[in-house]
Amino acid sequence: MAADNEHGPHSALRRKLLMGLASIPAMAMMPRSAFAAAPPTSAVNTTGLAVTDTEVTVGILHSATGTMAISETGSIQAEKLAIAQINEMGGVLGRKIKVIQEDGASDWPTFAEKAKKLLVNDHCAAVMGCWTSASRKAALPVFEQYNGLLYYPTFYEGLEQSKNVIYTGQEATQQILESLNWVTKEKGAKTFFFIGSDYIWPRTSNKIARKHIENVLKTKVVGEEYFPLGHTQFNSVINKIKLTKPDVIFTDVVGGSNVAFYKQLKAAGIDLSKQTLLTISVTEDEIDGIGGDNIAGAYSCMKYFQSLKNANNEKFVAAFHKMWGEKTVIGDVTQAAYLGPFLWKMACEKAGSFDVDKVVAASADIEFKEAPEGYVKIHPNHHLWSKTRVAKALPSGQFEIVYESPALIEPNPFPKGYQ
Amino acid sequence: MTSPVQTLSKSLTVNDNPFMKPMEWVSLALLAAFILIVLPATLDAFRLNLVGKYLTYAFVALGLVMCWGYAGILSLGQGVFFGLGGYCMAMYLKLEASSVENTKIQSTPGIPDFMDWNQITELPLMWKPFQSLPLTLILVVAVPVFFAFVIGFAMFTRRVGGTYFAIITQAIAAILTILIVGQQGYTGGINGITDLRTLHGWDIRTDSAKFILYFLNGGLLIGCILAAQYVKKAKLGRILLAMRDKEDRVRFSGYSVAGFKVFAFCLAAGFAAIGGAMFTLQVGFMSPSFVGIVPSIEMVIYAAVGGRLSLFGAVWGTLLVNWAKTTFSESFPELWLFGLGALFIAVVLAFPNGLAGIYRSYVEPRLTRKVKALAPVGAPVPHGTPAE
Amino acid sequence: MLGDYSLGDLGAIFAMQGFAGLILFSVYVLMALGLAVIFGQMGVINMAHGEFMILGAYVTYLCSTFFQTHLPGLFGIYFFVAMILAFLASGALGMIVEWTLIRHLYKRPLDTLLATWGLSLILQQSYRTIFGAREVGVELPSWLIGSVQVTDTIEVPINGLFVMAITTLITVGVGLLMYRSRFGQQVRAVMQNRPMAGAVGIDTEKVDRYTFGLGCGIAGVAGSAFTMIGSTGPTSGQLYIVDTFLIVVFGGAASLLGTIASAFSISQTQSTLEFFLSGSTAKVLTLLAVVGILMVRPQGLFTLKVRR
Repeated sequence: MAADNEHGPHSALRRKLLMGLASIPAMAMMPRSAFAAAPPTSAVNTTGLAVTDTEVTVGILHSATGTMAISETGSIQAEKLAIAQINEMGGVLGRKIKVIQEDGASDWPTFAEKAKKLLVNDHCAAVMGCWTSASRKAALPVFEQYNGLLYYPTFYEGLEQSKNVIYTGQEATQQILESLNWVTKEKGAKTFFFIGSDYIWPRTSNKIARKHIENVLKTKVVGEEYFPLGHTQFNSVINKIKLTKPDVIFTDVVGGSNVAFYKQLKAAGIDLSKQTLLTISVTEDEIDGIGGDNIAGAYSCMKYFQSLKNANNEKFVAAFHKMWGEKTVIGDVTQAAYLGPFLWKMACEKAGSFDVDKVVAASADIEFKEAPEGYVKIHPNHHLWSKTRVAKALPSGQFEIVYESPALIEPNPFPKGYQ
Repeated sequence: MTSPVQTLSKSLTVNDNPFMKPMEWVSLALLAAFILIVLPATLDAFRLNLVGKYLTYAFVALGLVMCWGYAGILSLGQGVFFGLGGYCMAMYLKLEASSVENTKIQSTPGIPDFMDWNQITELPLMWKPFQSLPLTLILVVAVPVFFAFVIGFAMFTRRVGGTYFAIITQAIAAILTILIVGQQGYTGGINGITDLRTLHGWDIRTDSAKFILYFLNGGLLIGCILAAQYVKKAKLGRILLAMRDKEDRVRFSGYSVAGFKVFAFCLAAGFAAIGGAMFTLQVGFMSPSFVGIVPSIEMVIYAAVGGRLSLFGAVWGTLLVNWAKTTFSESFPELWLFGLGALFIAVVLAFPNGLAGIYRSYVEPRLTRKVKALAPVGAPVPHGTPAE
Repeated sequence: MLGDYSLGDLGAIFAMQGFAGLILFSVYVLMALGLAVIFGQMGVINMAHGEFMILGAYVTYLCSTFFQTHLPGLFGIYFFVAMILAFLASGALGMIVEWTLIRHLYKRPLDTLLATWGLSLILQQSYRTIFGAREVGVELPSWLIGSVQVTDTIEVPINGLFVMAITTLITVGVGLLMYRSRFGQQVRAVMQNRPMAGAVGIDTEKVDRYTFGLGCGIAGVAGSAFTMIGSTGPTSGQLYIVDTFLIVVFGGAASLLGTIASAFSISQTQSTLEFFLSGSTAKVLTLLAVVGILMVRPQGLFTLKVRR
């Protein structure tokens, strides 16, 4: 592919730049082509986007306030880091990225309003943003109507595929199936107990998990429980777990409930070194609030963990810590958010244009070999090919990776037989 | 302020009570001109749509002026009625958007997408009435008003009021949110009802449709102001006011206090419901976040900033607070929350009558003098009449 | 679902479930007590109640980091220090708020709702600015973690027992203070007839200030205790607010006994339903029952003086 060839020679240079980040005088090292290649604005922007000869405007749309700020802060940080790095390298098509950040305030209608502002008022060439499914669902019609381009970082329930969205997180089947196979094989799991927060993502994820458990693995789900978002009392369900004695507790509890659940689980004497617990909703970010001691021994399945060992990731973690402080942890979604600006940059360069239609057309099969998670590739269905990893939580708040899927897993947002 | 009973008896005997005083006609004309002429002429389509959204909250503020300012019933659950009205509208629009050909990738085509995701294979009974537009338009107002009636009747006949009523309405708002979020197969859950497209075949997403909806919204708002003004000026309004200040005396005079309170509460609910329906039409979706506690309280602050006794103030207050919110939150989200908090406190401590109070103490006396000088027609402004 | 278990197993589960209900009861009482004290005395609803709780939680967090770095030897007892500090911090803030804000509004109780709501927004944003938007993890001393093995099959979480103990202590303390002390006498006198209380020489303003401080202080202790079972973040206070209000409303607001009775009935209903049904359904059924009863009996379970 043309994009690959173009891309290869730059990667060594990029690595150096990532290491040095701000300290290395980046302008001096810029390949001359970055300037020479800067095509005229009239050629790269035929649809009235906010592109000048030196700048291109990109929006960031996350919650900086409200209940979701807890989760979305990491995504904002990762996107800003990625954009700073791209600008260090000379920007996109010879243009520096200018960021307009909007606050969704954890309120879905606000997301729709701000999305519209970013597209209609600011003419952003792309928007990195949204976190919860609800905020994406609210903003999606806006992106479709005004033909915007959204890079959405969160792992989510699937059942969606839009021309105007690139999903840089995993969809449910990518995340779940591999880990269920693993837990069955490694732990000999025969019975599962599901606990989730009561909204679309846990319900859909559990539906997929249940189908896989019952139809493919031929084992049993012995309980399935949902709690309202923000629920903080789990003693009754913990007793139910004690009664049913499942081999695996499979959880997708989110937000403040997460913290309450693991603290109470530990207090109730369920020892996670003996009781297998598999979660699809706990990243390093969540452990910060839960406390490493309270969740140590649980298995989480994600595509990325901060402790992942590879050269790309070491640089990413170093750069992230340099920009946002040593103590900041990096979770799965944070990494996925970091991919967005780079994938967009590559698609623009492949298309030779910022026009949304051309960028979307060029997006399929874009590869990002410097991704901290190793390697990703955009599937024509706008999701990413990625590996799935299972890791064990350590008291330090980090994860120890115990399993990695051998091959990239194909994204399948509308899985046959799982609906 | 004179004793309310004096006021009451005066209003029943003396005819110094025209439908609107000259100054009020001026206020109305100013507001109408601002909403229907100045804003559309100066704002681009995006900003105008935003203003349209804010104006839907003004319906709620208007209702609060009637039920809080005049009847003394503070409801912290107006979001419930806004939300119910909005949901009724959204259900109709969603059914229209979920035609069989639009939803053919689903396992059950022809039902809304979220039902399909939740393994519901048939349209639930509660959705059936919303297949018809006329029925929907009736239900938009009828459902919230009925709900308000049930709550109001239960509470007011047992003489529950004040702070206690406020927190009960708040609890109801919280419960309804949990219900809506929990029953996602029937309500769309936390995502709300999204991706609404057409109203009886008319695409509501286009700029021209939004423009028309804006004017419809403005017109309805002014209609509601006039309706509220009518209630206010009728004997009913005087009784409400008297009731707020000395409930027992009104009761002993033979009036059914509970009945009037229920009426005021239902009226406020009806206004809120119209606002909710217009919100759904203009924004294109409805979400349970409007039903909750936070928006309900924010809507109270709109009325408080405008002046809890002023119908026009409610609209201006809504516009001002939302304008500030949008402007500040675009650049300083943190500052905005501090600002909003400070606004709550300042309005309560320093300006209990809000913008209208400031206007009335500083601006109106001068204006009245001038108007009188120009055209000595209007009835004399009696001193000490409770503020309008 | 009960078919395959031995009688012993079932007995153990029911015993543990009973404890779960009691723990939930304690949590609810602790949450609502501060609010009920303030409401009962002044007719003021403190909408920033959740934020006062979280202040206590953040104080606990600061204490835990302080002890970890400077006094690791005393880490085992830091929680008691934290609770006292949480009480003092929240109580002091409460008194400041009463002095600057609430005392101007006693004639307009509805307006205090708005003012304290504004206060809660400011506090939330302050926490976010000071401690960051992310949740903080509070380290617990090791003796608070884990469970007590009562028999082979019955285990009771220690932190649950600890919450129960704290709740009992505080409830008894508040009860004694209100009904057996001179201060309590003054508080009740002011509640029943303010001008008369003033006339006999009670400094009503001081009584108000201390009562408000007391209510907020209890909220602080509750927040401190809840670091054991819940999350600590800028908006965590909102997780508790709905339940808290419901308990106070359902209890009839003006009496401590009402609050306790309502906390008991709601917690037992919920905990039992949660065991037999799914969590979400249980919550909805409980809430619907509460609303249903409130429709029939809007003044709540116990009433003293809610009629106007």
